[in-house]
Amino acid sequence: MNLSYLFSRDDNEWNMSSDIIYMDYQATTPCDKKVFNEMLPFFCKDYGNPNSVHVMGSRGKEVIEFARKKIADFVRADDPKEIIFTSGATESNNLAIQGVARFYRGKGNRIITSVIEHKCVLETFESIGREGFEVIKIPVLKNGIIDLQALENSINDKTILVSIMTVNNEIGTIQPIDRISSICKRNGVLFHTDAAQAVGKIEVDASKVDLMSISGHKIYGPKGIGALYVRSKPRVRLSPIFFGGGQERGMRSGTLPTPLCVGLGKACEIAQAEMSEESKKLTKLKDYFLEKIFSNLSKVYLNGDTEYRIPGCINLSFEGVEGEGIMLGMPNICVSSGSACTSDSLEPSYVLKAISIREDLAHSSLRIGFGRFTTFEEVDYVSSKIIEVVNKLRAMSPLW
Amino acid sequence: MKYSKEVMDRYNSPKNVGSLDDNDRNVGTSVVGAPSCGDVIKLQIKVDDDGKISEAKFKAYGCGAAIASSALMTEWIQGKSLKEATGIKNQEVAEYLSLPPVKAHCSVLAEEAVEKAIKNYWDKNNG
Repeated sequence: MNLSYLFSRDDNEWNMSSDIIYMDYQATTPCDKKVFNEMLPFFCKDYGNPNSVHVMGSRGKEVIEFARKKIADFVRADDPKEIIFTSGATESNNLAIQGVARFYRGKGNRIITSVIEHKCVLETFESIGREGFEVIKIPVLKNGIIDLQALENSINDKTILVSIMTVNNEIGTIQPIDRISSICKRNGVLFHTDAAQAVGKIEVDASKVDLMSISGHKIYGPKGIGALYVRSKPRVRLSPIFFGGGQERGMRSGTLPTPLCVGLGKACEIAQAEMSEESKKLTKLKDYFLEKIFSNLSKVYLNGDTEYRIPGCINLSFEGVEGEGIMLGMPNICVSSGSACTSDSLEPSYVLKAISIREDLAHSSLRIGFGRFTTFEEVDYVSSKIIEVVNKLRAMSPLW
Repeated sequence: MKYSKEVMDRYNSPKNVGSLDDNDRNVGTSVVGAPSCGDVIKLQIKVDDDGKISEAKFKAYGCGAAIASSALMTEWIQGKSLKEATGIKNQEVAEYLSLPPVKAHCSVLAEEAVEKAIKNYWDKNNG
């Protein structure tokens, strides 16, 4: 494998390689160079174990606590100690769901989630369901918003946890967290939200929830780090899923990766400063993109709610053509599709299925993700390319 | 999905895309697959007086493998007798295109398309 390109990049090329256009910001984001630089000293220079009592240890501990504070501020947690570092949103979701379910088992055994959660939530529910918990999955309406009436109806006196994501990773729909929060509060049920796709894109408010999952690599931070907000007043308890040195107040044992923690803190700091401008920029890009697509192609449908969505996540179905077919026609453009052909299971996206779009339109979908480093030129080029490829494929489609 | 050159060549510039007149009694037509499964192939053959396939056309909705399998099938069956055309198996298509196992069903669909187009031709002429 030729890796020489890794060593030939100068600063200007940091977030792009000349011929590739990255539009898959929901899958992951490039690490911001400011984040990367902030992390560097803690690999080889200030490498002390933050648990060590000597001077090297305290240096590590200090920067980790500084990062923890930045994260807490950003998600509006009352106290930095409510932030628990994990390896990413998958672990945060596992810890929140398994941890709460097992700890509060004496109180009840019903746990509730939605049908459009990320796999790491759904699979955790499946797994814990086999331990005797009763799992309820709330349906969503055609716009991808949770059926609040169904949620209300499924809460009984045995219910201990509701876990609903803040923003969906495929269709970008924003859930009414305030309303879900008041339903949970009224019923005395703990509320966890997977906010991996929301943090850094919309305002999130930890005071509305009991637990919140955060990911580093979705917000221009490093991969391999995430956090779980765990409310301390009133105190939410968790049974740990890792056992060891009792780090993170016993909730998550394991030596903290100082550079990654620092990176997550810095990523939150940058997001906090830039979010509102970034959101305006992304909205403009999205409006331009959709206007150009809709005025040049007929029978294209936007999946998910038109209003309650983050601007950087565009999910479109192009009638008459298949998603992987479109992607093949623009090999230098990184997007994703809900088509079965892009999954190993040969099943189309369960999220698109859940919002009841026609099955052929699920196969015809593309998710185009804009982010911090997306330029107008790229959006213009990609929209032209999509129009060209869709027209070409429609000309050879028996369904068109 | 990483495809072979053979697949990409046919995806980028497929031969034999189009339609034949279905009212012509020398034309056999098939449509196989389903939109809900993500693959639909329409394949048409024109049979000359010697019982040979003089022309084959296709249209495909689907991934690169579906498009390439049907395109390759039309290339291979042109000039062949109906019996020879029926003899082309999906494994040969999959092998020629180096299809990954998860895409094998696309070549099965292409074989089915040829069989059904021939059957449609027979039904028109002997039915």
